[in-house]
Amino acid sequence: MRSVQDVAIPHRLPRARGWLADVVRAFLRPRSLTAFCMCLPLLVLIVGLIIYPFLYSIHLSLLNKRETALVGLDNFRFLLSYDTFWLVLRNSVVFTVTAVFFKAALGFTLALTINALPARGQRLWRGIALIPWVMPLALSTLGWWWIFEPTHSALNWVLVLLGISPKPWLSEAFWARFATIQVNIWFGTPFFMIMYLAGLKSIPQELYESSAIDGATPAQRLRYITLPMLKNIIAITMLFSTIVTFANFDIVRVLTRGGPRDTTHLFGTYSFQLGIQGGDVPLGAAVALFMFPILAVSAFFILRGVRRRVQ
Amino acid sequence: MRWLPSVRGRRRLTLVGCYIIVGLFAVWFLFPIYYMAVTSLKTDREIESLKGIPFLIQEGATLTHYRDLFQKTDFLVYFRNTVQVAILATLISILISILAAYGLSRLGFAGAGTIATGIFLTYLVPESLLFIPLFKLVGSLGLLNSRWALVLVFPTAIVPFCTWILIGYFGTIPRELDEAALVDGATHLQMLFRIFLPVALPGLVAATLFAFTLSWASFLYPMALVFTSDEQVLTAGVVSTLIRGDVYYWGGLMAGALLACLPPVIFYVFLMDYYISGLTAGATKA
Repeated sequence: MRSVQDVAIPHRLPRARGWLADVVRAFLRPRSLTAFCMCLPLLVLIVGLIIYPFLYSIHLSLLNKRETALVGLDNFRFLLSYDTFWLVLRNSVVFTVTAVFFKAALGFTLALTINALPARGQRLWRGIALIPWVMPLALSTLGWWWIFEPTHSALNWVLVLLGISPKPWLSEAFWARFATIQVNIWFGTPFFMIMYLAGLKSIPQELYESSAIDGATPAQRLRYITLPMLKNIIAITMLFSTIVTFANFDIVRVLTRGGPRDTTHLFGTYSFQLGIQGGDVPLGAAVALFMFPILAVSAFFILRGVRRRVQ
Repeated sequence: MRWLPSVRGRRRLTLVGCYIIVGLFAVWFLFPIYYMAVTSLKTDREIESLKGIPFLIQEGATLTHYRDLFQKTDFLVYFRNTVQVAILATLISILISILAAYGLSRLGFAGAGTIATGIFLTYLVPESLLFIPLFKLVGSLGLLNSRWALVLVFPTAIVPFCTWILIGYFGTIPRELDEAALVDGATHLQMLFRIFLPVALPGLVAATLFAFTLSWASFLYPMALVFTSDEQVLTAGVVSTLIRGDVYYWGGLMAGALLACLPPVIFYVFLMDYYISGLTAGATKA
């Protein structure tokens, strides 16, 4: 990935006495001023609609339910003593870990398979494979909701045909979790596939040719060439997906609304249920803020991975 | 060792295996669309009946569900709102992104590097972290339950990504080009519009496509910020109003969901290569 620094500072500032003087002088050059003005709409957007709301949500999370008085950390303390919250936390972790693992594994398999096809057909298969990722997730999840319908729909019909007893897909905790995770894997595998496929294309072909001369087996080629060459892209894609999966809202909201008995909630849907539907904005904000440490850790590693890849 | 196939035979066997795997994936990926389409064309009676094969239309196809969708529901209102919101949010986001990407990648100012890193980080901030404070913020601006609130908040998710893509594309344009233009007395805006945008057109198309798709698909913000049908967009509208109390509403629901999916999918089919280049731009150009 392109380095942020490389693109952003094309001309190094001249070194003179005092870096502050330099910075001020450099900033006041007409070129810099123009650049700053061009970035101004972006800065206004980021400060006004991302940074300020984030700080505001910290403030909100410290208020009481009516938002009339500061109550300190009471909302957080309440959540930590509340069983449902721990259920949400546990489910979010299970959801994220399982989904990211399968998305990575299936995405990798699919990328390798498509890459092994004749070049002419690759475009078509790649195109088909990206469709789940292009459909609006809330709407494709509606389709899955219908597929999981227990009496009139396709899935249980197939199970009965195969002699397996039909499952209460969305009304039993285990199967409901399975269903939400399955939809997430269905939606996210294309993204992994496309990233890995692009990575596979960037591996120099000579490596494979020389290993073939040395008599390497396909398994050895995978283990000693493909995986090491893709290590970084695999890591970045997985970390990135961890954030997006952990913060997912659409799937659980449409498929189960967090049920049965709050067993499939993620932070996003639980926060929505408490804050918007339940009218307890501060508690909802507190739930959402619990996501922050996990997101921050992932973001830190992503940034590090992106920089290392450039060097 | 006669039972071992020849090298060519083995290669053909591998290829067949590959096609089987890819085929299975394709069935999994496309099944929801297919099943939504089939269901939307069935009569209520057939959906309700427990006989027959659910994957096939056996009692004759019907367009009733689509007609009802247009005549008896607010689908067309949602559609109009979505088009308005998506186009406006896309235009605003792209304009902001173009200016910022040019400023950051070509001109630079003190702190530009920090801002570029910051953009990357804001790109990682998910909607579900921000919707509650934005709900309060939009409320205090008097925009609650208005589609214009969506035009205001959608760019938060779009601009960081588009700026990031465009910085990448602008970086591939040789510097000699702008120096030559500057010597000829071009202003920065002229340079941006006469040189950069034409050269970075694929990146611009990719960014626009992303902006539009993301705006079209957004679900959490409309759920949190808009409550009434006259202001609602397709995603939230289809999910929250087409699910009725009675049991056999599946045909209409699938018709609505499928139609609402179509525009991004159609754009994708025609502009797939831009889409993929944009998606992988960040990760592969090292």
